[in-house]
Amino acid sequence: MAAGVGQQWVLVEMVQAFYEAPAYHLILEGILILWIIRLLFSKTYKLQERSDLTLKEKEELIEEWQPEPLVPPVPKDHPALNYNIVSGPPTHIITVNGKECINFASFNFLGLLNNENVKSAAQASLKKYGVGTCGPRGFYGTFDVHLELEERLAKFMRTEEAIIYSYGFATIASAIPAYSKRGDIVFVDEAACFAIQKGLQASRSNIKLFKHNDMADLERLLKEQETEDQKNPRKARVTRRFIVVEGLYMNTGDICPLPELIKLKYKYKVRIFLEESLSFGVLGEHGRGITEHFGINIDDIDLISANMENSLASIGGFCCGRSFIIDHQRLSGQGYCFSASLPPLLAAAAIEALNIMEDNPDIFQTLRAKCERIHKALQGISGLKVVGESFSPALHLQLEESCGSRENDVKLLKRVVDYCMNSGIALTQARYLEKEEKCLPPPSIRVVVTVEQTEQELDKAASLLKEAAQSVLN
Amino acid sequence: QCRLNVLITNFCSVSFFPQKNGISNGTLYKKTFIEHFEQAPMYVAVFTFVGFAVGTIFGYLRDFMRAWGLEKRNIAAEREQQKDFVPLYQDFENFYTRNLYLRIRDNWNRPICSVPGPQFDLMERVTDDYNWTFRFTGRTIRNVINMGSYNYLGFAETDVNALKTVTIELKKYGTGVCSTRQEMGTLDKHVELEKLVAKFLGVEDAMVFGMGFATNSMNIPALVGKGCLILSDELNHTSLVLGARLSGATIRIFKHNNMQSLEKLLRDAIIHGQPRTHRAWRKIIILVEGIYSMEGSIVRLPEIVSLKNKYKAYLYLDEAHSIGAVGATGRGVVEYFGMSPDDVDVLMGTFTKSFGAAGGYIAGKKGLVDFLRTHSHSAVYATSMCPAVAEQIIRAMKCLMGLDGTTQGLQRVRQLEKNTRYFRRKLHEMGFIIYGNDDSPVVPLLLYMPGKIGAFARRMLEKNIGVVVVGFPATPITESRARFCVSAAHTREMLDTVLNALDELGDFLHLKYSRYSKSSHPELYEESRLELED
Repeated sequence: MAAGVGQQWVLVEMVQAFYEAPAYHLILEGILILWIIRLLFSKTYKLQERSDLTLKEKEELIEEWQPEPLVPPVPKDHPALNYNIVSGPPTHIITVNGKECINFASFNFLGLLNNENVKSAAQASLKKYGVGTCGPRGFYGTFDVHLELEERLAKFMRTEEAIIYSYGFATIASAIPAYSKRGDIVFVDEAACFAIQKGLQASRSNIKLFKHNDMADLERLLKEQETEDQKNPRKARVTRRFIVVEGLYMNTGDICPLPELIKLKYKYKVRIFLEESLSFGVLGEHGRGITEHFGINIDDIDLISANMENSLASIGGFCCGRSFIIDHQRLSGQGYCFSASLPPLLAAAAIEALNIMEDNPDIFQTLRAKCERIHKALQGISGLKVVGESFSPALHLQLEESCGSRENDVKLLKRVVDYCMNSGIALTQARYLEKEEKCLPPPSIRVVVTVEQTEQELDKAASLLKEAAQSVLN
Repeated sequence: QCRLNVLITNFCSVSFFPQKNGISNGTLYKKTFIEHFEQAPMYVAVFTFVGFAVGTIFGYLRDFMRAWGLEKRNIAAEREQQKDFVPLYQDFENFYTRNLYLRIRDNWNRPICSVPGPQFDLMERVTDDYNWTFRFTGRTIRNVINMGSYNYLGFAETDVNALKTVTIELKKYGTGVCSTRQEMGTLDKHVELEKLVAKFLGVEDAMVFGMGFATNSMNIPALVGKGCLILSDELNHTSLVLGARLSGATIRIFKHNNMQSLEKLLRDAIIHGQPRTHRAWRKIIILVEGIYSMEGSIVRLPEIVSLKNKYKAYLYLDEAHSIGAVGATGRGVVEYFGMSPDDVDVLMGTFTKSFGAAGGYIAGKKGLVDFLRTHSHSAVYATSMCPAVAEQIIRAMKCLMGLDGTTQGLQRVRQLEKNTRYFRRKLHEMGFIIYGNDDSPVVPLLLYMPGKIGAFARRMLEKNIGVVVVGFPATPITESRARFCVSAAHTREMLDTVLNALDELGDFLHLKYSRYSKSSHPELYEESRLELED
């Protein structure tokens, strides 16, 4: 009863308010109500998206569309199509295209490719395990040889843990995207190798390139990032930062200035990922790489990645570091989780190669001496300049003056290489994918020094290159 | 209450009523194509969610206790000197790993110490602290029946006669190559292998690579680039997804094996062109797999080829699991459907599964392979295949083709087919839910509930059988499964042992969800008309 009175009273108030309102207010409200009624009753409105094409027009469009051919035709004289075929094992004396030469092109730094102990270890493993592992690491693809190799590598490098991959390229290309995601920042050297570039592309992080080995440029970028951070501290607190460098650069043969990098690491709080494919088994008193060379505590580097295809003369790659970091890759490294594991015979060969490296620590000194020798011998060739550190076993010989176009440079260098091949020294040009590299290095001849080459052979190679340069370039 | 129904139905429509497969055009198929994707009863869905909810609640509880020091922290921690760096991992990213995966993690990464044949030896591994760390006791569990390794044709063997040529090549070549294909890494062995692969598949030319995963991730970017369209199946392997992403092309996903979805995408792509600019697409490529390893389904190749011809698209077929495993002479899905290899533009496959080696290949017309020799990332930057491994592939392929003078290869293919049929038929009769095509040697058996994943794998190991179980994130969160890989090397006795064990365990764990066991609905399961001569 009281509610009924209350309601009536509210109604009276409403009618009163109606009479008291100004005229424009009522007219405006009336228009709005009419507009709402119109919208309610009008037809729904679809986004115009060419849905007004008739079926006949659609069929015509489908008929007319012509795709590009799947692959563009490749010219028959493309340099990469006429590659060298090696008959037999690519050891110290190599048979290329039917001709016997001394091998200055395979990355067999410690000469372990033809080592009898390594081969017999692989044979024993073949007898026990067969060839393939028939599964990824998670599904019965983990063999006791894999676990043993990981332990041995961790012990050799004096880190807590190591993880092995079945392919050298996939090692760093899977390791980087496991830690660095979209929104994180990676500072990477311009001359980083292609595998690192692919890893960075897969990670979708912000990439900042700094000039090759230029610490001042890197510091400038880091300072810029610091000022960015101060503008947005909340975002900065969750953005991870990394520096990716190589120990010995594949593309230039230089060494990276690691002590300065460590200083920058602690000053700006960035983590360091080090790629040691060329320096593992080469630098350092015992072959432990660039950290031993500079005497740096290995725990200062967050992740070391290397492939086993150079010094260890096997196949595959490994990453080592603290368990805190490496363990993460066991579930998020794509090349580790979704791919079959390394065949056991290759793992056994790598273990034996490690044994040899540990038992003969003087081969590293011998290798470095040979590198110095050929570095000196190659100085002063007219028309060619040596690019690379004096103790780097993988040097580049670039043209002092370019002919104008890259194609002509490549042709000229090919003639030098052919001259040497005909006289018994096997060399190769460094190959790149021209359209895909971020910073394409200039064309060059790759000279690789191994511990098996004698001093006479080194001298012969140097003099032959001098001759070739003389005859071709002048 | 009706809202609860709608909620469950919506969840189920995401996971339990997937619009896979669609309606098939039966006239293109030369023999019956039977695939099963039975859905489980509703209570199973409910209990699965309840299981995950309980796990999540306990996970929060444990995290809370660890944060407050009530429970010991067993995880490795950051260095003292780097404590003020930005944390490398966010806590919530690893929640699932820490609290759910860790509880049953003893069922993965089990180390073995023998050849991964039909039976293998496992290293015994115990944990003293609930799976945080493992310790080897030093004992080996011998002769565990292997239902997990991809050993379809049984070429993972240590028989001295079989490995004679491999031993010789290993002695001659050593293990490494130390150079890339384009520099000094092309050995005569690679040339021999490539010629043999081309002959085996019936195509003009082939190229081999050292790793199957890398074959996809390094060659798809060489074939397509910006301005191209990739139509990829929902359930494609990570390597295909990575290759597609690295290429920079636009990616569109069609529902698994669903031809209507694919056709709609093709039509829309050609009619409307690239988004926003409406320019025509440079090319359209369809990425599919021969056998999908988590579902056991076989691709509907005849329909895809007819679509591809009609709309002028290109087809990239990844035969990682199907080469050697299906087809009358083991030449993959192309032979299985009676089609010609020219129908497929890019034939890709791996040697890890049926050939007992490692590596991958891409085969097709000579123009395609020449292009890959010059432009593939792997040819320029990655080391080539180990020669001993190449020899293993050569001898396995020669055996399959009959070039070694015996019929052993054909016998293996027939044996695999028989074993597959038998195994699947028996599992259906027992009442389990099995996914996939009747002819696929990959047999996923659905477990659904998270608790059963651990129980199943552990109990099977107690019975001396090694199985593979998979959960999230490799499968949808509600469809955890056990995956069996049938091998030609499995004898009838081994399969019977496994089937009896499954029978017992199925009753114990209540895994027999199927509403149609063969005995009650015989007309749903036609025995294939392909009678095999013994």
